[in-house]
Amino acid sequence: MPRMTMIEAIRSAMDVSMERDDDVVVFGEDVGYFGGVFRCTQGLQQKYGKTRCFDAPINESGIVGAAIGMAAYGLKPCVEIQFADYMYPAYDQLTQEAARLRYRSNGDFTCGITVRMPTGGGIFGGQTHSQSPEALFTHVCGLQVVVPSNPYDAKGLLIASIENPDPVIFLEPKRLYNGPFDGHHDRPVTSWAGHPLGEVPAEHYVVPLGKAVVRRPGSAVTVLAYGTMVHVAEATAEETGIDAEVIDLRTLMPLDLDTIVTSVKKTGRCLVVHEATLTSGFGAELAALVQEHCFYHLEAPVIRVAGWDTPYPHAQEWDYFPGPARVGRALRDMMEA
Amino acid sequence: MTDGQRLSLHVPEPEVRPGGKPDFSNVPIPKAGSVRRPEVDVDPKEIRDLAYSIIRVLDREGEAVGPWAGSLTPEELMEGLKHMMLLRVFDSRMLMAQRQGKTSFYMQHLGEEAVSCAFRKALLPGDMNFPTYRQAGLLIAGGYPMVEMMNQIYSNDADPLKGRQLPIMYSSKEFGFFTISGNLATQYVQAVGWAMASAIKNDTKIAAAWIGDGSTAESDFHSALVFASTYRAPVVLNVVNNQWAISTFQGVARGGSGTFAARGLGYGLPSLRVDGNDYLAVHAVAKWAAERARRNIGPTLVEYVTYRVGAHSTSDDPSAYRPKEESEAWPLGDPVIRLKNHLIRIGAWSEERHKQMEAEIRDTVVAAQKEAERHGTLHSGGRPSMRDMFEGVYAEMPPHLKRQRQQAGV
Repeated sequence: MPRMTMIEAIRSAMDVSMERDDDVVVFGEDVGYFGGVFRCTQGLQQKYGKTRCFDAPINESGIVGAAIGMAAYGLKPCVEIQFADYMYPAYDQLTQEAARLRYRSNGDFTCGITVRMPTGGGIFGGQTHSQSPEALFTHVCGLQVVVPSNPYDAKGLLIASIENPDPVIFLEPKRLYNGPFDGHHDRPVTSWAGHPLGEVPAEHYVVPLGKAVVRRPGSAVTVLAYGTMVHVAEATAEETGIDAEVIDLRTLMPLDLDTIVTSVKKTGRCLVVHEATLTSGFGAELAALVQEHCFYHLEAPVIRVAGWDTPYPHAQEWDYFPGPARVGRALRDMMEA
Repeated sequence: MTDGQRLSLHVPEPEVRPGGKPDFSNVPIPKAGSVRRPEVDVDPKEIRDLAYSIIRVLDREGEAVGPWAGSLTPEELMEGLKHMMLLRVFDSRMLMAQRQGKTSFYMQHLGEEAVSCAFRKALLPGDMNFPTYRQAGLLIAGGYPMVEMMNQIYSNDADPLKGRQLPIMYSSKEFGFFTISGNLATQYVQAVGWAMASAIKNDTKIAAAWIGDGSTAESDFHSALVFASTYRAPVVLNVVNNQWAISTFQGVARGGSGTFAARGLGYGLPSLRVDGNDYLAVHAVAKWAAERARRNIGPTLVEYVTYRVGAHSTSDDPSAYRPKEESEAWPLGDPVIRLKNHLIRIGAWSEERHKQMEAEIRDTVVAAQKEAERHGTLHSGGRPSMRDMFEGVYAEMPPHLKRQRQQAGV
């Protein structure tokens, strides 16, 4: 089986989708001739032509708004916002339009768009190249929100997103583009080449939306994670020796509550980790759901380890990023509770 | 302290406020027939002056004059008159229905009937409008059943939108009428995207985008003009300048640009300004712009100069911010009366037949209203089910919504 980085897997997902369906179009800033600032669309314009993969003006609202119009016509646009930090000009189009077309028109018009956005920190991106805005999307009825943590899932989830008849916000942790990252910034970077989830079929397959997966089975505590934090959680479980069950949520909306509840009822403890800021972050929703559905099984309070409630800083990158030290401390505290 | 000059902020004001005498003497109105009609493949640079003029066909005597005349037959004009009258009576009945508590909200088109009714006749089946809340003439002139519009306004058990949408936020793919959103200007760039899609698929369909004078200040207006210009999308970009954005006069959105059409010039778009109360002129310009799009030459910006005679909505009282008699002083008159006078002038119509048609139209609208009210009004009779509230958020209902629907007891 071919080995791919997450970048190659994402590119392959678009390639496969464009090959199979003439209605799939790809556009965004620097996406066409140049192949994207992260190389995710490299070669697509040469292969499919300028009217299937093209450069857009620097106008996020325009990119998403035009995609919505194309979807209303019947195309399946897969568009890129260069950084999730720059989605805000498109927020009106995403929340009031894309999310609502089906509902407000009673199915007369639908919006099968996929909006890819590189997300997350750990790359010295500072305030506007590191944000994790997923909670701003999970709060919006009508949107689906996906965050892959590895090349295999990235391809299967992206194909599923493009084929989905409703809008999908596809958040790509850019820290994972070239290799897994467990938060140990002081160790050499690793590549996907040596990782089992770097094996990616060249052909079409899907990873269904709305299905979480247990990455590391365990019995002591359930860790709910997605994106880069999946790798941090896995590494921390090994290093602390605490037998944590690490769940990779993969899709935040719709959420796979069954997998979460089954695990927490088994372990009796739940730690939620995400890079995004704590207050009103998606972790709050997860914690509330866990206490509602697993109250009588809980042996300790549900704890959240998240980014601090500050803008994402530059120099203090590793004081901000919720790495293995902070996650490990939380795990130990929980086991003593 | 330095001796440099102190700055002061300029805040534009309309020339007249309530209690003042309406004055449109500063609005230059070119003579009917005086503006040239270029070829549709004209270089936009050659017609920059058209963004500062007003294309008009009907003169004071009701004669159709000049190079833009003749795009419609007398029969088509009579049909146009009927559409405008239908819209006007529909408006007045629905305004009354709102006052009677049969619906929560309504917005009239009074004075602007020609814009959407005449434009619709320049489109072909399959073309798509991306309207605002003040282009219901697109539906009426497109043959959409009036009862369905009323069912939507009443949010009754036959409401095609299942009670989910505020009154008048219609949607009909079949009739080329994109789902209306409460968020201003969003549809403008979506129309460009739709047109791009038609071009990507080498289709023959075109799109029409709609926006009011006030909403041109929204950033999506700029987005749409950039995208339309960059990709030469087959779209007609319509700006309906009715002088008012709720209480705000058009000078606040327009600033120093002179006209809204002039905004298009910076994007390299051919930009035309037309008498929005002249059914013949609106149709001729719409046809010109539609042909330009259909021949793959590119987008066109059209500003319709008109006047919002009615209140902004049923929640608005214009006497708080503009003179009551202002609409009567509006120099471009009333679109229905002007077309009627033209048809009488050419011998195709008479005062008697007009009165007769008024009565017939009133009967038609009242009959439709009775039929709609059999399905219920907002607070009485049939209404959409609570189940409908949970449907259609996604193609497939996700587990959390199923749980909530269960909790709601449906």
